[in-house]
Amino acid sequence: MADNGHVLEVRHLSKSFGKHVVLRDIDFQVDTGDVTCIIGASGSGKSTLLRCINMLETPTTGEILYHEKDITDHKVNVPAYRSRVGMVFQSFNLFNNMTVLDNCMVGQIKVLKKGKEEAKKNAMKYLEKVGMAPYIHAKPRQISGGQKQRVAIARALAMEPEVLLFDEPTSALDPQMVGEVLAVMRTLAKEGITMIIVTHEMAFARDVSSHVVFMADGVIEEEGSPDELFGSPKKAKTQEFLSRFIGG
Amino acid sequence: MPTDFLGRVTAVFQRYGMSMLQGAGVSLQIALVGTFIGCIIGFAVGIVQTIPVEQKDNPAKKGALWFIKLILNAYVEFFRGTPMMAQAMFIYYGLFPLMGLNPSMRQSAYFILSINTGAYMAETVRGGILSIDSGQTEGAKAIGMTHVQLMLYVILPQALRNIMPQIGNNLIINIKDSCVLSVIGVAELLYKTKAAAGALYMNFETYTITMVVYFIMTFTCSRILRWMENRMDGSDNYDLATTDTLAHTSGMYRYPDEKKEER
Repeated sequence: MADNGHVLEVRHLSKSFGKHVVLRDIDFQVDTGDVTCIIGASGSGKSTLLRCINMLETPTTGEILYHEKDITDHKVNVPAYRSRVGMVFQSFNLFNNMTVLDNCMVGQIKVLKKGKEEAKKNAMKYLEKVGMAPYIHAKPRQISGGQKQRVAIARALAMEPEVLLFDEPTSALDPQMVGEVLAVMRTLAKEGITMIIVTHEMAFARDVSSHVVFMADGVIEEEGSPDELFGSPKKAKTQEFLSRFIGG
Repeated sequence: MPTDFLGRVTAVFQRYGMSMLQGAGVSLQIALVGTFIGCIIGFAVGIVQTIPVEQKDNPAKKGALWFIKLILNAYVEFFRGTPMMAQAMFIYYGLFPLMGLNPSMRQSAYFILSINTGAYMAETVRGGILSIDSGQTEGAKAIGMTHVQLMLYVILPQALRNIMPQIGNNLIINIKDSCVLSVIGVAELLYKTKAAAGALYMNFETYTITMVVYFIMTFTCSRILRWMENRMDGSDNYDLATTDTLAHTSGMYRYPDEKKEER
């Protein structure tokens, strides 16, 4: 396949709900090993963009290329694509009817058609990585928010996706739990896993990302390396947004 | 005939007790079969009615789905909206002969109760499916599950748990309401009661027995269902896995009790 190196490429993506335009002409690329953080005020379209990338929302116009292939095309097998692009949600979304271990195994067995033993071995590997291996027999209702989110990360990792999407993974957690989840994500970033992270954790974004995208009112207002964007933001909106975080 | 109430009840029971218990057996059997098949119908209809239509689906699929949903809706509305007694007469004396069918009374009873329960269960199942947080669907989609897979492994198990009380409700209603099928001559408990009460002119005593028998049947069923619900919920505790879990990759091994964590 003629591959220009971009794992994901978003081209002229727009999304509107009825008359309300949420995303306007979004363009950006993600290469292997990139950690892209998307920042911006609530309602700026960050989450919608991420959900479009995983086809949980259907873009109104525009293309999303995954290895040169437009996944918004009708003929594309969306579930197969999703199994290559993992997602971690703000509200965890662990399967409530399954134990921690089953949560991490079911996708491997049913979607990737792996054997039980292999799936378990793999699930344990990632549960150990996020420090949740002792809790494999627990049900989601029995563990804390931070623990749920770490399991959710292990569940996504167990599918061994090429790209991991994080939709405000720490927004529903208290400060202590935020720490444990961010620590796991830092480890993943160091290992070179390709990630797109929507976050309000500015210090984390600056620290961990290779590329930062600032969104405002449904458009990409400014993007660049973390040093550029956090150190010397060019646009007035970016400066205003960041000043609130540094000030507060 | 004894003069005290309990004595008369005993006397009635001695003469007609066996016949009434047989009737109770018939009632229970019809109710269980009807509820079971009704649940299957209800799940099938409820699942079809919650199939999402996406913009990118081709028109033929959309059209077919629209048509099937229309028929199922008509079924649900019709059977929920007319009395079962009237349906029983309509189907047993009208529809079946018209179609050249000649099922036994019992088979007709199964059919009528099942199709009725199905109509109610369809709405219950639909409600159960809609009650599951959309996050569960999204979580399942995000790991690449198809609609069928996510329904089968994630949504339906949770929906089933949530509608268990309603299934119990339906079973109990069916045990009692199977009595309207006496209009087509099914010899269930109420039918036998009428016969006994009529023969002895002892309504109070006979119906006392009937009430007790109905209550025993419904109460037993409701306790059994509650027990099943508790089983589905599983234990409130869980065991911390502190030994090497990969040594037991079958996943069947439970860890010793002393490691139990209270929460």
